[in-house]
Amino acid sequence: MATSMVSSQPEEISAASYVGFDSITRQIEHKLLKRGFQFNVMVVGQTGLGKSTLINTLFASHLIDSKGRIEPDIQPRQTTEIHALSHVIVENGVRLKLNIIDTPGYGDNVNNEGCWDPIVKYIKDQHSAYLRKELTAMRDRHIPDTRIHCCLFFINPTGHTLKPIDIAVLRKLAEVVNVVPVIAKSDSLTLEERAIFKQRVMAELQYNQIRLFPFDADELDEEELQLNDRIKEMLPFAVVGSERSVIIDGKPVRGRKNRWGVINVEDERHCEFIYLRNFLTRTHLQDLIETTAQIHYESFRSKQLLALKESSAKAQQATAVST
Amino acid sequence: MSEGYYEHSNGNGTTNGTYGEGRSNAASPNGDSLHNSRAISPSGYPVKTEPGLNGNANAGSVQAQQPARKKLASWVGFSNLPNQVHRRSVRRGFQFVAMVVGESGLGKSTLINTLFETKLYQPKNVPAPGEDREIEENGVRLKLTVVDTPGFGDFVNNDESWKPIVDNIEARFDAYLEQENRVNRLKLVDNRVHACIYFIQPTGHSLKPIDIEFMRRLHTKVNLIPVIAKADTMTDDEIVLFKQRILSDIAHHGIRIFQPPQYENEDEETIQENEEIISKVPFAVVGSDTLVNSPDGRQVRGRAYPWGVIEVDNEDHCDFVKLRQMLVRTHMEELREHTNDVLYENYRTDKLKAMGVSQDETVFKETNPAAKQAEERALHEAKLAKMEAEMKMVFQQKVQEKEAKLKQSEEELYLRHREMKDALEKQRQELEDKKRRIESGRPLTPEKGSQKKRFGLGK
Repeated sequence: MATSMVSSQPEEISAASYVGFDSITRQIEHKLLKRGFQFNVMVVGQTGLGKSTLINTLFASHLIDSKGRIEPDIQPRQTTEIHALSHVIVENGVRLKLNIIDTPGYGDNVNNEGCWDPIVKYIKDQHSAYLRKELTAMRDRHIPDTRIHCCLFFINPTGHTLKPIDIAVLRKLAEVVNVVPVIAKSDSLTLEERAIFKQRVMAELQYNQIRLFPFDADELDEEELQLNDRIKEMLPFAVVGSERSVIIDGKPVRGRKNRWGVINVEDERHCEFIYLRNFLTRTHLQDLIETTAQIHYESFRSKQLLALKESSAKAQQATAVST
Repeated sequence: MSEGYYEHSNGNGTTNGTYGEGRSNAASPNGDSLHNSRAISPSGYPVKTEPGLNGNANAGSVQAQQPARKKLASWVGFSNLPNQVHRRSVRRGFQFVAMVVGESGLGKSTLINTLFETKLYQPKNVPAPGEDREIEENGVRLKLTVVDTPGFGDFVNNDESWKPIVDNIEARFDAYLEQENRVNRLKLVDNRVHACIYFIQPTGHSLKPIDIEFMRRLHTKVNLIPVIAKADTMTDDEIVLFKQRILSDIAHHGIRIFQPPQYENEDEETIQENEEIISKVPFAVVGSDTLVNSPDGRQVRGRAYPWGVIEVDNEDHCDFVKLRQMLVRTHMEELREHTNDVLYENYRTDKLKAMGVSQDETVFKETNPAAKQAEERALHEAKLAKMEAEMKMVFQQKVQEKEAKLKQSEEELYLRHREMKDALEKQRQELEDKKRRIESGRPLTPEKGSQKKRFGLGK
């Protein structure tokens, strides 16, 4: 009897009485809570678009300083100074280890050719570090994950279209990391301008075949698909960041105050910050981590291993020929 | 304008020259002296006279120092001069060329439309270069040209992105220079760029390298007016800080932006206005060519957001009013003057020097054609005489040489002649000897000379 009796879909049966294995979720949770979660986010965009402010607003704490050039005799920063800042935020007993990677100097110079190379290299370096740790014979039980899970790309709110440098960078980035485009400083666009701008941006991204997160996958159920569709309609998020509080109706909220109006960052009618925050932290955090591990890392890994095999095969051939 | 004037021509001079200059050739009793009068500045019209107009003229002398101020005995009427200039310039119309530079999407087209309250052109990505429009207000015609610079700073590699702009400005200067050098200069069309409005992105930090590079290259060629675009993105304190940083950046790199000049004898109000304008540079502007409803029910030009309405014409909201004031209402003529007197002159000097044209002083000396001819003839004759002398010298030299040579050969000939003579003499002697010997007795040795060769000379 060589045929296997395993059918494609095992039948679902319910036990006669309560067994109790549904507490596995709690066991996992307990384990994970002890370990803590790791999330690495990278911000890419021109200087002065409010990247640092937005990160601080997202996580409601002062995590990074704005790196604008204040004195006239300081040289503008180079993209070679990519560093990761680590913070640990605790909320309700859940520890989130946050790595924020800022990319100073992107698009700052007069000649910006190749300014995306250090960024892509950094991302690939993280993948390769993880791969190396995985491939060692005696590897740690839990490999620290420095791979970039999400890349927030800041778009200049011109109201027209994307700039050539933006398209070039997006194309390169979408191949190696989850890219979430964001319209920065969206308080400079009225609602109609914002709608038109979003349409144009999405049309251009589609035309250039840039894949944005969230991706469609088969194992998503109806609800999640709907959620993804809604997110896709809203991309790119038009956000406003602020660390300072203003008083609206007697309550302090984060916002910006002008002589002619007050913007409430958390108001849905003013900007889409709430959606971005929910998307990043409340609904798709796990998804981002998983997609990085399963899709981007896997493709990187397979490419690397194939290349390794080829090079070792060539080396073997060479030694075989020489001997 | 002066009140209570009436047309009273006194034969005391008509104005010559364009509005703003005031060099009048007064038709004084002594016709050939050139008097220098003070330029009629837009501020005040000092009452003074030339000594020549009063009858005591200094014939042929050019007033080098300040002419003496004199009070008039009665009303003469040349205080009407500004009105005459005004009428003439209104008839001719004004010309203004503005250039807008900045990255795309900063609202350049919208700001131009807002400034001149008309839809001069549609905001899109490819407007025609150098749009010419003539607009009219209260009988004053303005030929306005707006030069747009699409694509500036939009590429990945923006090196030399200012080059087309610099080339355009210099080409306009060149065209004007050529017009000036024409034989017939009646129709001078001034297409030079009078003002360049540079749009700065509202990052909130400081100037970007491309901004600094551009401004460094252009501040000597055009009046630079930096503005902060889309200023509704920033709160008030952010704007203040940003302006400070921009100004310190500009000072650090030695960039000269357009400063409205201050005159001493202006009235209080103007001085205060000027100071206010200067304090707001660079202007934080917002542009809008559509009408929206403000919260208190008015229809205003502005932008409507869910959290408020920003009014373009409200001084509290943005600096648009100040920009318009400076650009159109008060300083348009200053900009044009500065372009003509300073920027264009510098360009011209540099260009002519580079071409090798130096200041030719002899052009200004008085020339008498007869004397000049005599001079030339004398010069020519002198040259001929010199040539002649030279040739004579050469000739003499050659003659001497030849003589010396001939002498030498003569001497040589004589020498040879004597030698030959001696030789012959000797031979004759020998022959005579032999003859005697033969006659005296036969020698035993046969002489080789038995065959007597007779070569005696004359024997």
